[in-house]
Amino acid sequence: MTSTVPRVGVVTFPGSLDDRDARRAVDQMGGEAVALWHADRDLRGVDAVVLPGGFSYGDYLRCGAIARFAPVMEQVVSFAERGGPLLGICNGFQVLCEAGLLPGAMIRNHSLRFICRDVWLRVETAQSCITGGLTPGETIEIPIKHGEGQWIATPEQLVDVERDGLVVFRYASRTGIVDDDHNPNGATNNVAGIRNAAGNVVGLMPHPEHAVDPDVGPTGGQPLFSSLLHAALAGAAG
Amino acid sequence: MTTFTFEVLVTLKEGLSDPQGKAVESALPSLGWTNVRHVRVGKHIKLDVEADDEAGALDQVRGMAVRLLSNPVIEDYQVLEVAPR
Repeated sequence: MTSTVPRVGVVTFPGSLDDRDARRAVDQMGGEAVALWHADRDLRGVDAVVLPGGFSYGDYLRCGAIARFAPVMEQVVSFAERGGPLLGICNGFQVLCEAGLLPGAMIRNHSLRFICRDVWLRVETAQSCITGGLTPGETIEIPIKHGEGQWIATPEQLVDVERDGLVVFRYASRTGIVDDDHNPNGATNNVAGIRNAAGNVVGLMPHPEHAVDPDVGPTGGQPLFSSLLHAALAGAAG
Repeated sequence: MTTFTFEVLVTLKEGLSDPQGKAVESALPSLGWTNVRHVRVGKHIKLDVEADDEAGALDQVRGMAVRLLSNPVIEDYQVLEVAPR
């Protein structure tokens, strides 16, 4: 019997903070969340993986630099290489960049301040595991909360990222205007989230897992999680 | 086996904006130093390596610098050997 409820693994590293919210968001959107531990070498047969936000390993050295070598990451990398949907949120995005699964890196916010507020994102592509149900050009509201979220890349990487349409979200106004006034952290080209060439790996600084429950804030995270669950089911069927 | 001591200097690549350097630079004038420009903040990592010879030890430290101590996308590194006492 094949289950129709996609199982989404959420990895907990020492210092992860948003793993519970991520699991809750998965459950709330109709999936089954599976807790994964950084020291495990087994993904328990999940259909998608989320690397949550927080301060893995204290963010010592660089954000995400040490988590990248956690035992579970070997399985996560091979899962992604097989085409499995993999989402990195905030610190999870930093881990994916450190692991070389996504281009670029994050440095301190331009303002040097930790920023915690709701922002608007413009969807740039539907070709990713979390935007399959969205239309390019539409905007969604999701919170950010980070001190080191300024995405930058080498000049060569930047050319590739823009040429290949790897930007998934840009910081924008509610109506979709992308400019410096709507760039909270100084990110190059207002990049808030990017994908790999295949679209199964996505990282973003904003927190969709904090934006699924209408009782506590914006709900811009809902379509991202429903797209992820959809991608997880498609992968499980394939 | 011999113990070799190294220092690794990690700095943000030239041309990348360095928010920490900027913060330091804007604090200095309030202490009277109005003549300081181009402040860059980096990391200094000191470590001891047990190895058969210096060349082998240096090779390992370079490996550490590339794989963990620095992020080649945003940072440059420099390995300095510390003279034994």
